[in-house]
Amino acid sequence: MKARVFVTLKSGVLDPQGKAISHALQGLGFDGVGEVRQGKVIDLELAESDATKARAAVRDMCEQLLANTVIEKYEIELKS
Amino acid sequence: MVPSMRAAVIVFPASNCDRDAASALEGLTGQKPQMVWHQQSELPAGIDLVVLPGGFSYGDYLRTGAMAAHSSVMAAVRAHADRGGAVLGICNGFQVLTETRMLPGVLMRNAALKFVCHMTELVVSESQSAFTRKYSAGQHVSFPVAHGEGNYYADEATLDRLEGEGRVAFRYAPGHNCNGSTRDIAGILSEKRNVLGLMPHPERVCDPLLGGTDGRALFQSLIETLG
Repeated sequence: MKARVFVTLKSGVLDPQGKAISHALQGLGFDGVGEVRQGKVIDLELAESDATKARAAVRDMCEQLLANTVIEKYEIELKS
Repeated sequence: MVPSMRAAVIVFPASNCDRDAASALEGLTGQKPQMVWHQQSELPAGIDLVVLPGGFSYGDYLRTGAMAAHSSVMAAVRAHADRGGAVLGICNGFQVLTETRMLPGVLMRNAALKFVCHMTELVVSESQSAFTRKYSAGQHVSFPVAHGEGNYYADEATLDRLEGEGRVAFRYAPGHNCNGSTRDIAGILSEKRNVLGLMPHPERVCDPLLGGTDGRALFQSLIETLG
């Protein structure tokens, strides 16, 4: 089973990189771009084939390492 | 000089201020600190102070300090702190301490997205600690900064609590907040006040040949307390 984890900043947390991307897009002539927020995608290959167990395990991974929940939130997508 | 404080400096892959810290400690205590590799699961016996040095542990992979926070030596460092032992995290060491949640908040990318590397003026906000007792509250000191992720962030409730409990040890002086840290915070203490994390580098200003000696009082405070 494969899992894809999206780690993004919680709303309200300032994202200087997102801001810089927004400015750069405007500089390239892409008008109409408002706020930009950036994050990361982490792909995992898992031995587990049970989706419920896999999701629980990935949630633990996010809480312990993959995300810093002081400022980041995460979403988990599973693919068998 | 009281030479009895026994210090250990933790060395992670890509630590790069470990020898600066060791040199400052040796200069002020007269004895070499123990250098402890990150894979060790125990600290040497009788250690009073653990220093987590600056650098780019594990290449800053995932987040600064995130990998080092889970290295085997950190369980021993946490146990040392739980017993009331002193822990000083400088720069990357501060990032490691927030990742282990031994200190609250997080160090984000500098607001201007630039690596900052220069002398900066700080205000000692709190002199009631083992790390700052040789300074006076309100005193201005000059330490160098050298980091890309030093933008201290915590939620408002945490910030109010830190300030209410007198746990903001150092702040950037007005006009010197080089990274966008909330409330100009440069260094904070743990609840039990035995753990200090700060972004600027006191160990680099302990020898006049390196451009200043304002950092000495921090180590002298520790020597006086722990020696």
